[in-house]
Amino acid sequence: MSMIFGVPMAVLSGQLLIGIINGAFYALLSLGLAVIFGLLKIINFAHGAMYMLGAMATVIMFDTLGVNYWVALFLAPVLVGIAGVLLEYFLLRRIAGQDHIYSLLLTFGVALIMQGILTNIYGVSGLRYAMPDVFKGGINLGFMFMPYYRAWVIVAALIVCFGTWFMIEKTKLGAYLRAGTEDSQLMQGFGINVPLLVSLTYGFGVMLAAFAGVLAAPIYSVTPVMGSHILIVVFAVVVIGGMGSIGGAIITGILMGVVEGLTKTFYPPASSAVIFLVMVVVLMIRPNGLFGKEA
Amino acid sequence: MSQTDIRSQIHKSILKQQKAEDRRKLMLNGFLLVLLLLAPFVIYPVFLMKILCFALFAVAFNLLFGFTGLLSFGHAAFLATGGYTTGYLLSNYSGLTTEMGIIAGTLVATVLGLAFALLSIRRQGIYFAMVTLALAQLVFFFFVQSPFTGGEDGMHGVPRGELLGFINLEDNLNMYYFVLAVFLGCYLLVQRIVGSPYGQVLKAIKQNEPRAVSLGYKVDRYKILAFVISAALAGLAGSMKSVVFQLASLNDAHWHMSGEVILMTLVGGMGTLLGPVIGAMFVVNVEYQLAQGPLRDWVDPILGGVFVITVLAFRSGIVGEIQKFVRKNLG
Repeated sequence: MSMIFGVPMAVLSGQLLIGIINGAFYALLSLGLAVIFGLLKIINFAHGAMYMLGAMATVIMFDTLGVNYWVALFLAPVLVGIAGVLLEYFLLRRIAGQDHIYSLLLTFGVALIMQGILTNIYGVSGLRYAMPDVFKGGINLGFMFMPYYRAWVIVAALIVCFGTWFMIEKTKLGAYLRAGTEDSQLMQGFGINVPLLVSLTYGFGVMLAAFAGVLAAPIYSVTPVMGSHILIVVFAVVVIGGMGSIGGAIITGILMGVVEGLTKTFYPPASSAVIFLVMVVVLMIRPNGLFGKEA
Repeated sequence: MSQTDIRSQIHKSILKQQKAEDRRKLMLNGFLLVLLLLAPFVIYPVFLMKILCFALFAVAFNLLFGFTGLLSFGHAAFLATGGYTTGYLLSNYSGLTTEMGIIAGTLVATVLGLAFALLSIRRQGIYFAMVTLALAQLVFFFFVQSPFTGGEDGMHGVPRGELLGFINLEDNLNMYYFVLAVFLGCYLLVQRIVGSPYGQVLKAIKQNEPRAVSLGYKVDRYKILAFVISAALAGLAGSMKSVVFQLASLNDAHWHMSGEVILMTLVGGMGTLLGPVIGAMFVVNVEYQLAQGPLRDWVDPILGGVFVITVLAFRSGIVGEIQKFVRKNLG
């Protein structure tokens, strides 16, 4: 078997694959954060909880109603998106004029509530979600074994990421969004319903998180606390990439997944800390992040 | 009456009001002090010490959040660093007296605070919160991996030892008065800092940073110093906590703890001196009461609910709302 730096090729490529998949999740989540940040100027601390809700909803809907994977892939994000719109409309909007720190704290409180309630009902040990039959098995690529589902996660995440990028950068709706980011008062003056746009943006952002949650359900352990850990990692990813661009969020997310995978291969003890170390280095060299424009 | 007469009259009446207010404050403080001195005879001293440690933690956090306007989401790192350092030293070097261990813990937390500050200070607002959170997570992983912390089990059996080599801290009353003295010293220190010209600059930075810059203040230096002082006091709180409970655990390093200190400060009243103390009392009490009753599993969602309600309905916190009420109706 061929070796690279004393590590078998198969192990390396296996870890790389896991890295890319983790990176796909980081990309989806940081993309949602970036979209919300763009218009609302807040960091959505409930983003991890929304991701968790997406995964939990998938499992619960399957267990109670027998809703299958494909329906869940559509239904769970929509439900979570509606929850997000309600959250924006009834809570976040009330403190829109205040310091943005308050909306961060508000979403943090909401995350604690959701996580706490679900922990009481379902415990923290994790729910099982059976892999859909279509995705059982995999394909041998010669140098490694590629499970179908993992390939699907990468493809689906890339499609959604690209679609979001396209919508925001190339369509009229995206133009409104970008204009709202620049000057929402002027937009209002042009007769565009900015409050509605804000609600929908928040809803869309958390939909992305929930979509990531559905993708995660068959491969990660589904627990009420699954969102809080990944969220902090995603924060670090966002700091590394900078909030400047949608594309930057996607690229940084995948890149950091790969970095994490490589670390797991060559020096496992540092694998959970490596992204934070990268963040420290980036902060020292480029305080505004790799793709960031300004602080 | 001539104009100067009127002016001096107004001046006098203002002075009079000031004096009356000072007297009122002095009486209130004296009353509180007597309460604190007598409290351990009525309430279990270890519980009181827990409140005092968290109160100091919150006071330290408030110096940064309430008075400088920087939201750190990583203060748990300093609490835990102080606690682990003190716990490790006191457990392994029996020659050390307790206060030496506590001073060492505080110093290490201070140095860590400087590192955090240098890395995060160029970011503002929510970015600052994210950077501090991520840095604290790095510290958390360090403690998880390091063998000396005891990992998930925590560091048990930290000896309380003797203060200055002759005051036995195994005695809960001695321990209580020591913790109280340290707490009051730090509280007065923070009061002094806030009232000093330096504290005024911090407030100016909070209210309008570009203006402070344009007035020629080196804003970053002021913020870094505030961060370091805050980290030092948080470390001191952690050091004392590990001595009081004879335990340093991963809980103190978890981001959850960073959230809790924000809640304490917010509920009590950010930007007021007494607020964080009241907030710490409130949160520790609520957690304790809930843990006793049928709602013991619902502590987290209830605290989350308190968070939401505080942010939505009374952002000035308990002390802030009382101040508003007094000013409106009695002032």
